[in-house]
Amino acid sequence: MKKILLSIAVAFGLSSGAAIAAGGAGHVENIPFSFDGPFGKFDQNQLQRGLQVYTEVCAACHGLRQVAFRTLADEGGPHYSEDQVKAYAANYDVYDPELDDTRPAKPSDKFPANTAVGAPDLSLMAKARAGFHGPSGLGINQLLYGIGGPEYIVAILTGYTGEEKTQAGVTLYENTAFPGGWISMGPPLEDEQLEYADGHQNDVQHMSEDVAAFLMWAAEPKMMARKWLGFVSLFFLGLLAVLLYLTNKKLWAPIKRKEKTV
Amino acid sequence: MAGIPHDHYEPKTGIEKWVHKRLPVVGLLYDTLMIPTPKNLNWMWIWGIILTFCLGLQIVTGIVLVMHYTPHVDLAFDSVEHIMRDVNGGWALRYMHSNGASLFFIAVYAHIFRGLYYGSYKAPREITWIIGMLIYLLMMATGFLGYVLPWGQMSFWGATVITGLFGAIPGIGEILQTWLLGGPSVDNATLNRFFSLHYLLPFVIAGLVIVHIWAFHTTGNNNPTGVEVRRTSKADAQKDTVPFWPYFVIKDLFALVVILAIFMAVVGFMPNYLGHPDNYIEANPLVTPAHIVPEWYYLPFYAILRAITFDVLFLDAKFLGVLAMFGSIAVMALAPWTDTSSVRSGRYRPSFKWWFWVLALDFMVLMWCGSQPAEGLIPTISLIGAIYWFAYFLVILPLLGVLEKPLPQPETIEADFDAHYPPKDAKASAAE
Repeated sequence: MKKILLSIAVAFGLSSGAAIAAGGAGHVENIPFSFDGPFGKFDQNQLQRGLQVYTEVCAACHGLRQVAFRTLADEGGPHYSEDQVKAYAANYDVYDPELDDTRPAKPSDKFPANTAVGAPDLSLMAKARAGFHGPSGLGINQLLYGIGGPEYIVAILTGYTGEEKTQAGVTLYENTAFPGGWISMGPPLEDEQLEYADGHQNDVQHMSEDVAAFLMWAAEPKMMARKWLGFVSLFFLGLLAVLLYLTNKKLWAPIKRKEKTV
Repeated sequence: MAGIPHDHYEPKTGIEKWVHKRLPVVGLLYDTLMIPTPKNLNWMWIWGIILTFCLGLQIVTGIVLVMHYTPHVDLAFDSVEHIMRDVNGGWALRYMHSNGASLFFIAVYAHIFRGLYYGSYKAPREITWIIGMLIYLLMMATGFLGYVLPWGQMSFWGATVITGLFGAIPGIGEILQTWLLGGPSVDNATLNRFFSLHYLLPFVIAGLVIVHIWAFHTTGNNNPTGVEVRRTSKADAQKDTVPFWPYFVIKDLFALVVILAIFMAVVGFMPNYLGHPDNYIEANPLVTPAHIVPEWYYLPFYAILRAITFDVLFLDAKFLGVLAMFGSIAVMALAPWTDTSSVRSGRYRPSFKWWFWVLALDFMVLMWCGSQPAEGLIPTISLIGAIYWFAYFLVILPLLGVLEKPLPQPETIEADFDAHYPPKDAKASAAE
């Protein structure tokens, strides 16, 4: 019993140390994303819609410099055809050191960085923010709902109150999700701002969820392979554990005098 | 090797004899594997194998990661993303390596607290304990150095804070800090030397692990009763022990596989749970994160560091905090001498048990304090926690040995084992 208590104590310490909040966090709602939980998968249509939002809205100020165009063809990701990827990449100009000039991007290139207005790169945004904290620094909410990066992105995009103020020559917009309450990014989305090819709802909430899902994929493109690894490992390690348990039991039976006497 | 009497390796064939005369390596392996091991070891004796596995896992995954990593301030962050996105299976290696560090520390804390409860540190196992403490210190250093390598915001600011501790040493502090960093602040020179040392230290740990095993193979394992194996004759020793192979090898492998299943579930389903989101932001010397928090495994000692908020005489609070932090590990290393009780295992020490569990709770509370911003009640709670930590090793352990009336211990390990697993005749008579 003591040993079990000790193990529990150690395990508890693990969660108590984990998942420390960044201060003054705003309000973030949990959203049931298709990729939540061990069985969750990316929704290909949602990722494609999210890419559209990124392309038509976010890309004006933000970059995505870690993501290669070719990965847009990845299975389990947006899963575009190679021709579609080629055509999409050609919309961007990238700098080529060999030409010492810019040229249209190829699938092997990465999305260009965009530092024009000092907006942060979005490649890892969905992993670089936590939506959920606590309670009291115990990390339990992140255990239940996940770290909440995509939820944080949605909360920011939908969290504008309409208030603004000018401070030291910079316009700040009130946002219920942003730590501190005032963000320098103006509200980027409005209802029916763009038409989805698949005719999906295009209000701010839906567009925000779509782009958040896309950014989760951009930050963690190998998520599906990772979860698969989890299941395969659990299956084989579970099997091995059963075999070793039985071996151990049989091995120790004579020592513990538990052998069946016929 | 001295110790418990047992059968040694006898070379039989001609070639075995030829090799054995020149290099008795087979004999060494045989004696290590067949070492008589107390047969009453419980499940808290599995952590040594888990730790050995962790060291191997970290070295193997680390060596492959190094093949794709670039230790340069402009390239390090992107090279980690290259590993995560472009290297075949790179994401798995990297997540196993980063979560492997957490598993390593969970196991080491379980291992240390096992030793504290069952008095494994006591004579004649003081050297095993001291070597263990050295390994633990090196693990902390290696973990810290490794955390800097991805060059995220927490990497950079963690490195700044921790190396700043050395700057708090009066007189030589600033010179020492500059020397450690290779410049006035954390920069490319720092990253390069941290990378070099992060690769070196695991091999030093591996060397110390061999010494650690050598030491306790000489004294024999401790066990839950704390009663020594009888060494009066081989027959007596055999009543208290079973050979390590196959009995404990299979048992430990079973435990390892169960723990690995949990580990792989974390890697597969929540690999970033134990990390900090800020480390997915590239290091930026111009932007300080809202809260700089070390990895979870440093938090108890980080709390002790921050617990001292007042100057004493000419010593400032920061330096006292550093002293307290290193001191808290030093007092643990002194346990073999500050514990005055003649009884080894906590199982037969009715008062000790309580103080021990309060220490375990204290460790958790300090860990939590370390994760919180140092505001409000946190510094006070940390200070109380730190005082208890020191008091446990420097006051409570010495006093308990004198004041406590221990419970009767079993005569032998065999008696303890038989009490759990009664011999057949006893069982039969009990059934009637």
